[in-house]
Amino acid sequence: MDNPFEVRAEGLYCKPGQFYIDAWAPVDTCIVTHGHSDHARWGHRHYVCTDTTVEILKRRLGADCPLEAWPYEKRVKMGNCWVSLHPAGHILGSAQVRIETPQTVAVVSGDYKRALDASCEPFEVQTCDIFVTESTFGLPIYQWEPDDVTAKKIDAWWQTNQVKGLNSVLFCYALGKAQRLLRMLKPYAKKPLFVHGAILPFADLYKKKGIALADYLSVSDAPLSGELILAPPSAQGSPWMKRFLPYKTALASGWMQVRGVRRRKNVDQGFILSDHADWPALLQTVQETQASLILTTHGNAAVLARYLQENQHEAYSLSGAEWMEEGEA
Amino acid sequence: MEAFTTLFNQLEQTKSTSEKVALIRAYFETSNPSDSVWALFFLSGYRLKRLITGRMLFEWCQESLQIPEWLMVESYSAVGDKAETISLLMLNTVKTPHPMSLSQWMEERILPLQGQESGVMKQQILAYWKELDSKGIFLLNKILSGSLRIGVSHLLTIQGLSQALQVSKETLSQKLMGTWTPSSAFFESLREENDSHTSLNPYPFYLASPVEEPLDALGDPREWVGEWKWDGIRAQGIHRKGEVALWSRGNELVTSQFPEIAEALLHIPENVVLDGEILAFKEGRSLPFGELQKRLGRKKISASLLSQVPLVLMIYDLLEWEGHDSRSLPFTERRHLLETHLTLSACLQLSPLVIFNDWETVRKKRDEALNNGTEGLILKKKDSSYGVGRKRGQWWKYKTDPQTVDAILMYAQTGHGWRANLYTDYTFGVWHQEELVPIAKAYSGLTQEEIVILDRWIRKHIDETFGPVRKVKPELVFEIAFEGIQASKRHKSGIAFRFPRILRQRNDKTPQECDSLENIKKQFLY
Repeated sequence: MDNPFEVRAEGLYCKPGQFYIDAWAPVDTCIVTHGHSDHARWGHRHYVCTDTTVEILKRRLGADCPLEAWPYEKRVKMGNCWVSLHPAGHILGSAQVRIETPQTVAVVSGDYKRALDASCEPFEVQTCDIFVTESTFGLPIYQWEPDDVTAKKIDAWWQTNQVKGLNSVLFCYALGKAQRLLRMLKPYAKKPLFVHGAILPFADLYKKKGIALADYLSVSDAPLSGELILAPPSAQGSPWMKRFLPYKTALASGWMQVRGVRRRKNVDQGFILSDHADWPALLQTVQETQASLILTTHGNAAVLARYLQENQHEAYSLSGAEWMEEGEA
Repeated sequence: MEAFTTLFNQLEQTKSTSEKVALIRAYFETSNPSDSVWALFFLSGYRLKRLITGRMLFEWCQESLQIPEWLMVESYSAVGDKAETISLLMLNTVKTPHPMSLSQWMEERILPLQGQESGVMKQQILAYWKELDSKGIFLLNKILSGSLRIGVSHLLTIQGLSQALQVSKETLSQKLMGTWTPSSAFFESLREENDSHTSLNPYPFYLASPVEEPLDALGDPREWVGEWKWDGIRAQGIHRKGEVALWSRGNELVTSQFPEIAEALLHIPENVVLDGEILAFKEGRSLPFGELQKRLGRKKISASLLSQVPLVLMIYDLLEWEGHDSRSLPFTERRHLLETHLTLSACLQLSPLVIFNDWETVRKKRDEALNNGTEGLILKKKDSSYGVGRKRGQWWKYKTDPQTVDAILMYAQTGHGWRANLYTDYTFGVWHQEELVPIAKAYSGLTQEEIVILDRWIRKHIDETFGPVRKVKPELVFEIAFEGIQASKRHKSGIAFRFPRILRQRNDKTPQECDSLENIKKQFLY
């Protein structure tokens, strides 16, 4: 089968289409799967992404950034391929990239998850010949609980702290995770939540896009007590935190699955909540795409590839992206 | 077991000692004695004799889930703990809960596993895993493999228990010293205040804290006295009613391991309790700890070993005199009793005092420690009573600055516990002609941020992989501190370090500038 991809120094390159996907160094044309900064880098000459991602990138990369918005499903000719974007279920506006050449259909998943998340468009399976899948949580120890179970746990934690007169500061990524939490907690929150300034614009954007969120207020200097505050992990240990004293801290992330990581992050509590596919979801997705060649990338790429090989798939890890960083998760 | 699992998790979720005490108190107030005594057993740091190895549990899990072995190993490498890896892999198996109390778990299920054939054990444990959630499986595995650790000090446990039972901490400390059998009768017996010292139970040890400020902050030097800080095994020797016992600081009864000291204790006055240090001691000098180690963990001590590694109990305190608790006497009085009434022998010696009138002398004396085989000085307030645990202010340890070598990072391995999934276990090497030879493993000394940065560097500079071990490009230099160095036949380098740890990274040094093995041997060994 014709593999249209090449891993170059700048990132994953589609030869027949002459574009990169989520390149990490400046290139001519880059399709950006979603708005997280480790995927949407600065300095490309031409960006292609979904409408929502365009709005996110305007904020992150500047209003004069050369951004081209495509609606989901729109088919565009690039080189000799037809290219289209499809929901990935990672965060609002996140996309898989489908590339159709005269010989093959290839799909690059970008970051994705299969769990139900009412704060973004659900993942849509694309059948294809070649499937490039992320593998951030590509180990069988990673299995997520349903959102609602996690929402109840967070609410119980908040209530317990509230009774003791403590604020609850929940660390989460400012884009995606924070809004998902606002969505999840909507049925539970009896009063508005407070959000850090880094979260606020993205929450407003989600609301504008019609996602029903729990009520939220921006953190001001007014003293708070017994409140739930969402803040990015970078706020941990910063002087900004002083205003919430006394407080308890928690972190919402897939990495919280492992006790050692939980303890290392130095928070009082870890909530397991990830915007990435867990192990069963990765395997399920690979099956559903019916792809005959699987390429793995990000995180445990070698592990997932080997497991798929041993289970009658043709699978390889895309080199150059194997080493794992505990990035956004 | 749920209440105990909850307690375990809650204790892990707080760093505040007062909250920990409150949680422990609440547990003991709401649990019945039969469960409480087991919780106390584990909180006190006791473990069951290992019923099953972690490896066996791991294999059973693999077999039952039909996961390839290499994938189990990869999972373990990300988690850093076998018991936890199993608990996560078993997360989504179908559960049929069957709630049972902690004591039922222990007495009806876990203890009876002892002596069972492994086939029977396996069947039962697989069934238990199906009843428990992930946290329950984790605790069960930890108990079964004898490796349950709870992040609270013994002192906090005793505080919480003391509040729950309304019994003084001192009484509880003493009753919980030594060995006890977890039974509800024992737990009930804790409710009575203590008045007799009829058993061979030891007293809680008093520990010195490291000096962190300039010595002058301790005030008038004439109120203090010094002793050498011996590098041996802290121990309590007890002679009561014709019987002797020797306890190590880990609350382990070690009488039989040190027969000559036990024999000597029979010749001191009755109803006396001594505190001191077991040392390998020859010709008026303490031998390196490695010599003492040869005597440890043996069922029988051969006559030749007895003469090769002669031991002493270097005595430095008196906890009981003529059957009376002497801990509240001032140090000078306790010392006076020791000096005037104790029959010394080859095996029982009195730790000499280091006298001084000013702090400058103390600093000089500390530097002498390098030459007399001790680790520095212990400073004791002359009027101090013998406290409990690490109560600060009366006893300080003033250690020599460590010795150091510069070595090159050679191998890395992911760690355990909070270091899971991070490269935190390092092997360092030095030059031997053209070749790097590993000389020390070190796990500590870097800050969390430094560890994370180093982890990233390691992931990008892997040369070769041997199972979980990564060989990295020999580019980074670290200053390694240690307490001593010894010739060793077991190590390729021919030397072994005592307490190696990372002092700092030496960005200013290239690997070529590092010490050679020959120089290190010359400098420290001969």
